Parts: sequence; C-alpha cells; structure tokens
Amino acid sequence: MAIATEPVAHSVAYVRAAPVDTQPPPTLARGWIAWVREHLFSSPANALLTLIALYVVYSVVPPLAKFFIFDAVWDGQDRTACLADGGQEVGACWAYVKAKIFYFVYGSYPFDLRWRVNIVFLLGAVGIAWMLWLDAPRRNLGAFYFFVIFPIASFLLLRGSDTFNIERVDTSLWGGILVTLLVSLVGIVFSLPFGILLALGRRSKLPVVRLVSVIFIEIVRGVPLITVLFMANTMLPLFLPGNMSPDRLLRPLVGVALFASAYMAEVVRGGLQAIPKGQYEGAMSLGLGYWQMMRLIILPQALRIVIPGIVNTFIGLFKDTTLVSIVGIFDLLKTVEATLVDPTWATPVTRATGYAFAAIFYFICCYGMSRYSLAVERRLAAGQKR
Amino acid sequence: MSTTTMSMTADKPAHLKPVALKTEIAVDMIGVHKWYGEFHVLKDINLHVKRGERIVICGPSGSGKSTMIRCINRLEEHQQGRIVVDGVELTNDLKRIDEIRRDVGMVFQHFNLFPHLTILENCTLAPIWVKKMPKKEAEEVAMHYLKRVKIPEQAHKYPGQLSGGQQQRVAIARSLCMSPKIMLFDEPTSALDPEMVKEVLDTMVSLAQEGMTMLCVTHEMGFAKQVANRVIFMDAGQIVEMNTPSEFFAHPQHERTKLFLSQILH
Ligand SMILES: Nc1ncnc2c1ncn2[C@@H]1O[C@H](COP(=O)(O)OP(=O)(O)O)[C@@H](O)[C@H]1O
Ligand SMILES: [Mg+2]
Repeated sequence: MAIATEPVAHSVAYVRAAPVDTQPPPTLARGWIAWVREHLFSSPANALLTLIALYVVYSVVPPLAKFFIFDAVWDGQDRTACLADGGQEVGACWAYVKAKIFYFVYGSYPFDLRWRVNIVFLLGAVGIAWMLWLDAPRRNLGAFYFFVIFPIASFLLLRGSDTFNIERVDTSLWGGILVTLLVSLVGIVFSLPFGILLALGRRSKLPVVRLVSVIFIEIVRGVPLITVLFMANTMLPLFLPGNMSPDRLLRPLVGVALFASAYMAEVVRGGLQAIPKGQYEGAMSLGLGYWQMMRLIILPQALRIVIPGIVNTFIGLFKDTTLVSIVGIFDLLKTVEATLVDPTWATPVTRATGYAFAAIFYFICCYGMSRYSLAVERRLAAGQKR
Repeated sequence: MSTTTMSMTADKPAHLKPVALKTEIAVDMIGVHKWYGEFHVLKDINLHVKRGERIVICGPSGSGKSTMIRCINRLEEHQQGRIVVDGVELTNDLKRIDEIRRDVGMVFQHFNLFPHLTILENCTLAPIWVKKMPKKEAEEVAMHYLKRVKIPEQAHKYPGQLSGGQQQRVAIARSLCMSPKIMLFDEPTSALDPEMVKEVLDTMVSLAQEGMTMLCVTHEMGFAKQVANRVIFMDAGQIVEMNTPSEFFAHPQHERTKLFLSQILH
C-alpha cells in the first residue's frame, strides 16, 4: 500500500520560533462551600454516605461526651459521690479513679519506696525520647544508655540489691502501669533483634539453622499467647537445674518476648523478600561479609519497608500484655479489676469507669506508637525517593 | 578519539595509586563448567586474561556471558574446572572469596547502588568496613573518584535523584574506591537512555587507557574496537570465537559469529 506523501491540511515541517514561557499553575479560588460540595456531596451516593456518617456521629458522640465529661463525677471521698441519689444522671466516676490512681500505677509496690519507681519512669522517658528523636545528639550514646545502663539501673532500683544495700522488693508486689510498661518494653526490645535473627535463620542456606528457625516460628505462631504463658510458667523451671526457680514475673516476660519474636520474624522476612537480588550482589561484589551486608545494606532497607508491620506487632504486643494476668501478674487491667470489689467504691458506674480508664490508657499509648511510626515513614520517604 | 583521561601523576597519595597485580595472569579459567540444575550453562570455558588486558565479551542473550564473568568473583559458583584470580584459586574457602572480591570490582547492568545511602556513603562504605580505612581518608578517596567520573557535586544526593548515566558512573566510582586490580562490567550501558551511553563509555575508555585489567560484557562495538585487546564471542555456554577486534569484526570465522554480527551491525 502506498503511503500518502501529499501534505494534508497543514505542512508537516514545523520549527518552534519562540520558546513557551513557564507559567504558574492556575489558582483555583474556591471557598468552603465549593469544597463541601465537591468532597461531601459530589454524587447522590456520596451525599447519602455523608448523611449516614453525620447521623452516626450525632448518635455516638453526645452520649459519650455526656458520660465522660458532663455527667461525670470528678471529686468525692467514697461511693456516695457517684450514686444517683437526687435522680440526676451519673456518668463516669472519676473520683474513684483519682482515689485508686496510685494503685493503678504502682500496684502493691511499698508506699515509701515508690520514689524508686518514679526514678525508673523518668530514666525510661529520657531513654525513649533519646531513641525516638531521630535528630537527637549522640544517639549511639543514647542507645548504650537505653539498652545497657537503663535496664541495669531499673533492675537495681525496682527489685533492690543486697550488695548495694538497696531494700529488696519482691516482684509479687509490683503491679499496674509499672508492670504493663515493663512487660511491653521487654517484649518490644527483645522481639525485634530475636525476630531479625529468626528471619535471617529462616532464609539461611544452612539447613539446620533454617529448620530450627522454621520450627520455632511455626510452633509459637500456631499456639495462643495464653498457652505460651502457661507453658513459660510451668515449663521454664523444668529447663533450669535443681531448685533454681525463675522469678514469677520473669516467666511471662520470657513468654511474651518469645511470642512476639515469632511474629516479628515473619514481618521482617516480608521486608527481606522485597529487597532485590542486585542489592546482595552489589554488596558482595565489594567484598562485604554476610553480617556486614545484612547490617549495612539489607536490613536498613528491609526494616524501613516493614515499619508499619513492625509497629503493628508492637501495638498487638502492647495490648496482649493484658493476658499476663492469667498467670497471676498484676498488670494495669488486673489492678483495675481488683478495685472493682472494693465496697467503698461499689457503684453502678464503677466498672464502666475502671475499664474506660484502662481503655484510654491503652489507646493513648497505641495511638502514640502509630503516629510516631507514620512520622518516621514520612521522614524516611522524604530522604530518598526511588 | 579523545577522552579526558586523568593520568595517574606521581604526587598522588599512596592509596590513590593503581594497585599492581601480583601475577602476570590476572584471570585464568581452565576447563570451567557450570550447571543450573540440569541446564548446562557454561561448557568448557578456557580463558586466560593477562595483566592490563581488556577483553570484550559479546554474544546472544542467554549465552552465558553474565554467568561467566560472575564466576570470576563468585557471585556464581562453578562446578568443574579451575578459576584462578591473580594467583588465588577460587574454592569454597570464604576467606579467599572475600579476598578476591576486594580486588575485583564489578559494575552491573542495573547499577545496584544502595538507595538508602548517599552517593558519598555508597562510595565510602566498602573502604571503611572492608578495608578498615578511616572515614576521613575514605571520603577523600571517594571524592577523588567522584571527580574522576565527573560528578563530585552530586556527592550528597541519593541514587534515586540521579539520572541513569550518573548512577552508573557512581557505580564505577564505588568500585574504584576499593582500588580493584580487575574490573568486571556486565552490560553497563544496556539499561541507559541513548544519550547517556557515551558518558559511561567515556569513563570506561579512560579507565582502559590507564591500564586497568577489564572484562566487559557489552554490545557497544565502537567501544570494543577502540579499547579491546581481544573480543570473545559466546554462544550456548561456549566460547565460539576469540580474536583481536580488527580481525573479529572484519573476518569473523564461525557461522554463528557472522550471523550475530550481521544482526547487530545492520
Ligand atoms: N539463577 C539461574 N537459575 C537458572 N537458570 C539461570 C539462572 N541465571 C541464568 N540462567 C540461565 O542461564 C543462561 C545464561 O544466562 P546469562 O549468563 O545471564 O546469559 P547472558 O548474560 O549471556 O544473557 C540463560 O539461559 C538463563 O536463563
Ligand atoms: Mg547478561
């Protein structure tokens, strides 16, 4: 078939005479009414969804606000403050939480030694801030402080020590937020390195290492945390020689750390799988050994990818620590439950208030973790776009 | 053809001087075979690369070119025959493998830069961790080679912010920072936009003119004519033909070579 060579309507040849100036994008001057119309009522379906959402907000928020704030009782010495004598409605009995707050924070930790717990909280806050603030000065010193100095200091302060002449406090007296934070922190701090090792083990070329990792991960993931806790409680003493019996708080700590490690391993493995083969080859061709390659090239990229999964595991772990109450540990939830039977504060709203308090505490912590991880992700993404 | 070669001058600090090979034979492959499962990918490869020699390897896709040069730094393991790199035989001994990898640089088709590190960090990483060079000295070396590949001003950017040609030049600089005795190139220009091929080839030419021992898998025939001492043609896992560039292009002997050349040199 012949190709038409005749010029059609216009000439084929074209040479730009003058360059087109760059211009700013057109500004869209629109008020909030335009915004509302465009985003909330752009179509009948969208309008319907907007109305349903408004109705849900209307039917949920006012009663909650009424219960938690407007009808709530803020002060009082005992249950009478929170009873609906005069026929008025009674919301949350914050007076009860106020009265019990020290029990919720410290458990049965001896009253005159609670300053030691406060110091640990302070030391911990400094360490966490130092670690989480990415631009903080001397972060490697911070890591040393957080992972070496802080644990030793906390151990000496919380449990006491005969050698340093610090009065011993048995772990059976520890409780409340102190125990919840302790179990979570130990779980979080141990699960990441263990999880990384397990993930690397699962992808190892050495069959024995791989088999051991797979068996551990699959067994722990295939068993509920409660079972792991019971097993840690009854079986840990069996592994230790003779009459050595591990501390009753140490057992669930080990259980939680192992449990979280198995989940973390799978999260990290997902990240490792996303790293292209070329990264390994680039690292190997420069003469980096296996551990250098993993530490400097592969893990920094893999962990970055799975930050959402890691934080998700942390959040799950944080809430799962409530299960340690099953093996007789007084975490926050257990201390709340223990106060419910106190006749001084027995009112119809006490139970709801106690659980609401615990829920608010857990929510603040988990939401904080979530927001922090989002901020880190955004910051890392800003650094290097592919 | 003019390239802006920066010749190695005498007043350079010791770590910037080219490192000489210990032996005359840089790479010696003797009767090398390799299989992927049942698939016989390398068949009886015999190749002796002398010090300072530049070898260009070409051949159809899947003929085993990459596999062959990747055996030289043990990114792939050969199963039969011997490979001796600068007098050190490649065995399962991990220490020897690391020793050889330190001395053999490799440039990949897809650059394989580390995206989470800046250009400068990409270049200093191996000198610091493998050669235990002090950070400051490693940065000096890195800047020296980044200047050489003409992108010192990009040192603090991330790889993702650079063009393909710039990334590949960084990859070359990253290898050079380890003062390699031998450089392997696996289709370094195949993933580049056409207008960036030249800047990478120029860098490679200047490297060749300084006497670097090079094995390049490439289909840039102009480059082969300009710098290669020998051109090797591979097909189906075998070395089919090997000759000087002028003879290779003017009088190809094997039928397969003729067919291949007619296809790429229109
Ligand atoms: N990891 C691998 N597993 C199995 N087969 C492979 C692998 N890598 C390469 N091959 C095969 O080996 C042959 C040679 O590959 P390669 O050396 O990459 O060829 P070239 O670089 O010449 O294009 C190809 O047929 C390819 O499919
Ligand atoms: Mg190839």
